[in-house]
Amino acid sequence: MRIALFVTCLADAMAPEVGKATVTLLERLGHEVVFPSAQTCCGQMHTNTGYQREAVPLVRHHVEVFEPYDVIVAPSGSCVGSVRHQHAMVARGAGDDALADRATAVATRTYELSELLVEVLGVEDVGAYFPHRVTYHPTCHSLRMLRVADKPLRLLRHVRGMTLLELPAADQCCGFGGTFAVKNADTSTAMLADKMRNVLATGAEVATAGDASCLMHIGGGLSRLQSGTRTLHLAEILAST
Amino acid sequence: MSSTFLGVPAPRGVGHLRGTQSFPDAARDALGDSQLRRNLGHATSTIRAKRAAVVGELDDWEQLRLAGSALKSATMARLDEHLERLEREVTARGGTVHWARDANEANAIVTELVQATGETEVVKVKSMATQEIGLNEALEAAGIEAKETDLAELIVQLGGDLPSHILVPAIHRNRAEIREIFLREMPGVDPDLTSEPRLLAMAARKHLRERFLRAKVAISGANFGIADSGTLLVVESEGNGRMCLTLPETLITVMGIEKVVPTWQDLEVFLQLLPRSSTGERMNPYTSAWTGVTPGDGPQAFHLVLLDNGRTATLADEVGRAALHCIKCSACLNVCPVYERAGGHAYGSVYPGPIGAVLSPQLTGVEDNASLPYASSLCGACFDACPVRIDIPSLLVRLRAQHVDANRGGIPSAEAVAMAAASWVMSTPGRFGAAETASKLGRLLGRSTGRISSLPPPLSAWTASRDAPRPPAETFRQWWARERGTS
Repeated sequence: MRIALFVTCLADAMAPEVGKATVTLLERLGHEVVFPSAQTCCGQMHTNTGYQREAVPLVRHHVEVFEPYDVIVAPSGSCVGSVRHQHAMVARGAGDDALADRATAVATRTYELSELLVEVLGVEDVGAYFPHRVTYHPTCHSLRMLRVADKPLRLLRHVRGMTLLELPAADQCCGFGGTFAVKNADTSTAMLADKMRNVLATGAEVATAGDASCLMHIGGGLSRLQSGTRTLHLAEILAST
Repeated sequence: MSSTFLGVPAPRGVGHLRGTQSFPDAARDALGDSQLRRNLGHATSTIRAKRAAVVGELDDWEQLRLAGSALKSATMARLDEHLERLEREVTARGGTVHWARDANEANAIVTELVQATGETEVVKVKSMATQEIGLNEALEAAGIEAKETDLAELIVQLGGDLPSHILVPAIHRNRAEIREIFLREMPGVDPDLTSEPRLLAMAARKHLRERFLRAKVAISGANFGIADSGTLLVVESEGNGRMCLTLPETLITVMGIEKVVPTWQDLEVFLQLLPRSSTGERMNPYTSAWTGVTPGDGPQAFHLVLLDNGRTATLADEVGRAALHCIKCSACLNVCPVYERAGGHAYGSVYPGPIGAVLSPQLTGVEDNASLPYASSLCGACFDACPVRIDIPSLLVRLRAQHVDANRGGIPSAEAVAMAAASWVMSTPGRFGAAETASKLGRLLGRSTGRISSLPPPLSAWTASRDAPRPPAETFRQWWARERGTS
């Protein structure tokens, strides 16, 4: 299958390993990955912070870049959530119904990584080997916006050599929330502290999730604690052999 | 942002809907109170587990939620007709209906009604509407003592405190603190009172019973006002409501106009949704319904005060009006990670938590509560828990946009400049690539550890508690271009 990679602006600029791992994984499974190099950002930060007007050109650009592709994947529940649940709303808010319809069409062909693997490609065992103790944090938008349910866990359970440890209170938000982490830094930090306590209680070496943004938050906290537990994106574990 | 023009500007909500601090400042204070954090964490996790168990029993829970949502949407679309029907039916059955544009009008109406009875003491059933309008304070200013009879409201009132939860107003207190309040403030209390819950409840019962028996006037809210029969309905757990609604001679009910339902039949849905969502019970212990006045039985004078206080203004936004669907179950508070840590007082309004963050700014106008729509990580737990499917995250995002749009035209904030710049940069790949290259200046930081532990404001809010990653030597797109060429 020919799959267009929407790497997301955050992974592009700050976590390129996530993009590389996604490419490695999909190519290993026999698929062709293309990277539309004109892509930039889905505009989620603008929309969620109240700058919907500023998000309109980003939505239009995203639609124009990805319209030619039949299957689009992003290694992020949050960015796919924005494409699926916000792009048409932003376009309609600006009075551009035609753009909203195009955005809806692109959104129906856009998948989060675990959705693409399990739902579209029908694979749960991706042939990965990762001999470590791992705990999985289901990010809010994967869980409650996209309803990926246990798809990431089904993929992780097939990874050879890995011990998957259950995260207590897994469905609680890590406190990132985009600009929430800065605007309400104290509350965000209190949420992060509880998330880290639960991660560390598992005894895992690695905390994984499907969103580089939440991992940057959790990882930033774990690094500050010098806890020795690191974060890796789901794609990086699934790409490991 | 479409809205319906109503001809005359609808009144804005006044009363206890605004805090003195912004949410981040108020939350910071609350987060420093470790006892509060423990009380809230324990209480919300207990209620969450109870709710999950009883919701899980129903195979048709999702269908019930859809039905609740549909009934509320249909009711709001013809709210004026239902309210006029309610007024006609209440009047026909011997009640008197009063219309209050805002909190001040409602307080004046209730004060005059109590004064007309010659009484200086009233008993109260727990009610969000009367908390919203600050009725107790207004009555006190007129020399009338209003006695709360719900146990938690009594704790809050005796403690000179404010409610911090819609359903469990004293959720921020533990039983040791409650014992201290009773010993200090409750006349005639047994000095050997312990913090055993049963004994605390017995002490409150003894204290309240005497009030019930001598009260001539009671004031209540209403969970539902049924238009086609003119019936008012209150659900409760302690029986104090039943006492207030039946024993006194005069009953005054203050009800927000959004609480009307067209028919009795609608309660089949709501009386399943409400107790399971609020107290985690299959059925609430007491459901009291009354219709006008019945000679020789119960209060012989009944007044219904219909409260607007910003609700008509909220109704004008065809999306935002969904906040008025709320049946005040507080399930969203109990699942909210922000509420669990910051507590109810941080929201400044009598309506805390996720629903408060979308309701209060709409009742007052968003600029009077501009920090509340941002008091959420948009995790979505509230939407999943809401028995009438209010899409609170989407409403929060909408209110954020209304706030930003309301502040356009003047000198832009640093945030507005940054957002505009980011939009300009990210709307073409060339500019974005150039900006990514420039961001690699960040590599000058954190060279020894690979992590950045200190950044200038506003990003210092991030690095106060988390390290920031050092920008990589090569972005993904540079790697792709180097490895695969452009596509």
